[in-house]
Amino acid sequence: MIVRIMGEGQFVVSSALLDRLNEIDNKIVEEVNRGNEERMREMLREMIALVKREAIPLNPGEILTSDVIIPPKDLKLEEAKRTFTGAGIIPD
Amino acid sequence: MGMLDRMSTIVKSKVNKLLGKFEDPRETLDYSYQMQLEALQKVKRGVADVTTSKKRLELQKAKLEQNINKLSEQAREALKIGREDLARLALERKKQLELELESLNQQIGELQKEQDKLSATEKRLSTKVEAFRTKKETLKAQYSAAEAQVKVTETISGISEEMSDVGLAIQRAEEKTEDMKARAAALDELQEFGTLEDLAGGKDQIERELEKVRVGSEVDSELEKLKQEVKRA
Repeated sequence: MIVRIMGEGQFVVSSALLDRLNEIDNKIVEEVNRGNEERMREMLREMIALVKREAIPLNPGEILTSDVIIPPKDLKLEEAKRTFTGAGIIPD
Repeated sequence: MGMLDRMSTIVKSKVNKLLGKFEDPRETLDYSYQMQLEALQKVKRGVADVTTSKKRLELQKAKLEQNINKLSEQAREALKIGREDLARLALERKKQLELELESLNQQIGELQKEQDKLSATEKRLSTKVEAFRTKKETLKAQYSAAEAQVKVTETISGISEEMSDVGLAIQRAEEKTEDMKARAAALDELQEFGTLEDLAGGKDQIERELEKVRVGSEVDSELEKLKQEVKRA
């Protein structure tokens, strides 16, 4: 599986790692719903650190789409909410 | 639906918009390549902007350090002539500048991180753009095959995802440099008004007071000398 961390490039991850990412993902959603920006960022940082620690960076010469895209680590609560409404944070 | 799914969906919808733009995928390839070159230019400009902002803050830092040293000197001089009030004033200002210096160091650190990140983005993107350029020509040459059409879509999707990522990185960097520029301007103002150089005489209040004392004591001693001479005569 291929994972992109926004602003940090793509990584090749095992499905076991992907399961762990999904667990953290659920916690992130909870924190966004609670409006707790600090905890949300903490979880996000943990997720990003996990990928960087355990996954292999994809050769930048490869052009592939990602299965999963992780938002940037400085994501704001406002942006996270916008992402859930569908507007997102990606510029045109 | 989780955060990760949402992010992926949003990026994919951007990609699909691009794919639907042209009927002939070969046009999409060329169009995408143009966008990549533009993005690469933008990233390069972003790196230059961040570097400039950082240099400006470093200049301010040097100026602050100079002023801090000057205030230390002034405090010492004031104490030597028994003006504790002036020494205290100098030390109070020095403290204020030291706090500024601390936050300035932090900002310089932040900009350094941003610069490193953008440089890495630039490197990654230029490798990818080069790989795309080669692949694009191969795909165009064998385009008639149905298999190639699938590959075109895949390649465009992959590179468009990269473009979305780079676009966001540039936007983030721009926000940060703007923020720093505002802070740097505020600091410039503080340096001008809150502290040292008096525009008219090039001297600040403490310096003027010290000079007054110096001149006063020189006058005193010369007066004393004169008195002695007059007495002898």
